[in-house]
Amino acid sequence: MDKMPKWADVVLIPLISLILAAILSALVILGIGEDPIAAVNLMVSGALGSTYGWGYTLYYATNFLFTGLAVSVAFHARLFNIGGEGQAMLGGLGVALVCLYIPWPHWSLALIFASLGAALFGAAWAAIPAYLQAKRGSHIVITTIMFNFIAAAVLNYVLVNLLRPEGSMDPATARFPEAVHLPSLHELLAPIGIEFSKAAPANVSFLVAVGACIAVWLLIWRTKLGYEIRAYGNSEYGALYAGISPVKITMIAMLISGGLAGMMATNNVMGEAERLVLNSTEGAGFIGIAVALMGRSHPFGVFLAAILFGFLYQGGAELALWTSIPRELIVVIQALVILFTGALDNMVRGPLERIFLALRRGKA
Amino acid sequence: MDFLTLIQVLDSTVRLATPLLLACLAGLFSERAGIFDIGLEGKMLMAAFFSAAVAATTGNVWLGLLAGIASSLVLSGLHGLASITFRGNQLISGVAINFLAAGMTVLIAQDWFQQGGRTPSLFSGGRFEPLNLPFADALADVPVLGPIYSELLSGHSVLVYLAFLAVPATAWILFGTRFGLRLRAVGENPAAVDTAGVSVVGLRYAAVMICGLLCGIAGAYLATALQAGFVKDMTAGRGFIALAALIFAKWRPWHALGACLLFGLLQAVALRFQNIEIGTFVIPVQMMDALPYILTVVILAGFVGKAVPPKAGGEPYVKER
Repeated sequence: MDKMPKWADVVLIPLISLILAAILSALVILGIGEDPIAAVNLMVSGALGSTYGWGYTLYYATNFLFTGLAVSVAFHARLFNIGGEGQAMLGGLGVALVCLYIPWPHWSLALIFASLGAALFGAAWAAIPAYLQAKRGSHIVITTIMFNFIAAAVLNYVLVNLLRPEGSMDPATARFPEAVHLPSLHELLAPIGIEFSKAAPANVSFLVAVGACIAVWLLIWRTKLGYEIRAYGNSEYGALYAGISPVKITMIAMLISGGLAGMMATNNVMGEAERLVLNSTEGAGFIGIAVALMGRSHPFGVFLAAILFGFLYQGGAELALWTSIPRELIVVIQALVILFTGALDNMVRGPLERIFLALRRGKA
Repeated sequence: MDFLTLIQVLDSTVRLATPLLLACLAGLFSERAGIFDIGLEGKMLMAAFFSAAVAATTGNVWLGLLAGIASSLVLSGLHGLASITFRGNQLISGVAINFLAAGMTVLIAQDWFQQGGRTPSLFSGGRFEPLNLPFADALADVPVLGPIYSELLSGHSVLVYLAFLAVPATAWILFGTRFGLRLRAVGENPAAVDTAGVSVVGLRYAAVMICGLLCGIAGAYLATALQAGFVKDMTAGRGFIALAALIFAKWRPWHALGACLLFGLLQAVALRFQNIEIGTFVIPVQMMDALPYILTVVILAGFVGKAVPPKAGGEPYVKER
């Protein structure tokens, strides 16, 4: 019998962890001599108080949706993919090649093939650590960390030496042609009479990300493959006994994970910058870890967590603009969320389990 | 390449290998005791900031060193709390510590100095000065051996010599003392250590704290000896290169020295020569940057010797009832 009802595990523990992280963050803000309540007010009004703020919040959330889903899928197979950052960088290369070298008649067609290109490059970058884990037993955490650094070097080389336009000093590709410009939420919502900020970068990729959420949910809970991934994640030996191949599951889970991380590039490279620059991922690959942990690796949880982190990102930017609190506050909050929901899980879980056991004994 | 250039490259190899070596030995203690530590980077960064900040405020580099070590120990304690006491996931805890350090250092630096997340530059007294070995100037003119002694061996900060002395010390502690034997045992078979009546928790905390101490020195070296002050993200992946060196060395102290010198040499060469031409083929500088990571992946894959980590590494110890 479970020690706790399921809702406590799914809702209560993340909520308490989040509150703990929030309290500590407030203490940090107090510690550097600012008012936490004023800071929260500024963040809320900056991130959610206008369609401009929402536009940025949703733009960041789109990035985190893709990377959060990527980490989640791997988590289900008990693989800890820290390589989202590198996979998203390479995904950007996939998008850039598709957009620059093929003349697209319409953005919708370009988006489909750019997504494919991004997923392909991201998956390819995840395939090597996956293969090494499955076949050679090298630790996936260490290899994906190493691959993040290798990806940065590869991208640096490609941008400086191969894709940089003639005469430009900037290590970046040329601008993508006008035809592959993705419609922003402003352009999408205007025809149905909804006013949305013109300046915000949120674009049609957000809908792709929501679609990816649904697809991942279907995959994990409604297909045989998803069942096998979860079975393998729960018990490697049990899965082996049931005839599930560890090599196959490790490979497939990591390929999907890398593909999802790579697809992030449709948002930041194709939807926003419209050219590939160095460090275009801005750490979103790592935020995916916090998002997946907080969302309990469930697509709906990931969705909520991604919106929350989108809010934190945009709110943090507003804070940095109007107060002397630097943007790095978000990194601290991110660290606290990872710490409490991931590493210190048992600190919250232990006392809660005791409370629920005591309650049950009281009833019986 | 002439002799003097060679000496200069080797000299910067030593300088660049020092923080790697200290962090690598730090990881060695922790991982030999069964606690994976991917938070080396964060601990170094935190120590780099606090050593520079305190050295800048007090003008005393030794106080800076102590502050750096103390801050690194705090993060080590956090890692211990998460991964030993609460039996959490050690890798996730390490990731959190890296982010915590990356964020907190800039946050505190901005609040403390208002210089956009850096500390003021350190002047004499606030820095570790180069130490001239005896007769270094007198022997400088002796051919071949003179430059080796006066340029390569002499003229480093005291922390460099400390780091190199830490290698035999580590080897002796791990393989020559009872504490070392127990520490290695707890990384291979904690249940056996427990049965023998020795505290698994105590040993693992000891290892994690030694790791914090060494990371603290590594960070202080970066900010107060190699450079004069803290800048945002100044560790620049060195914690991960140290981790790579640890795997490369297969968790052995003398091999760690070799691996760190090799990776230090790669950094020194990449710093000095941008693109290296071999005949008609050009090795781009990015290749040199990525080489430590690529080599580690190759070693991990078992194509060149097999790197087998301590058996109980990454697993929290649960006493069976």
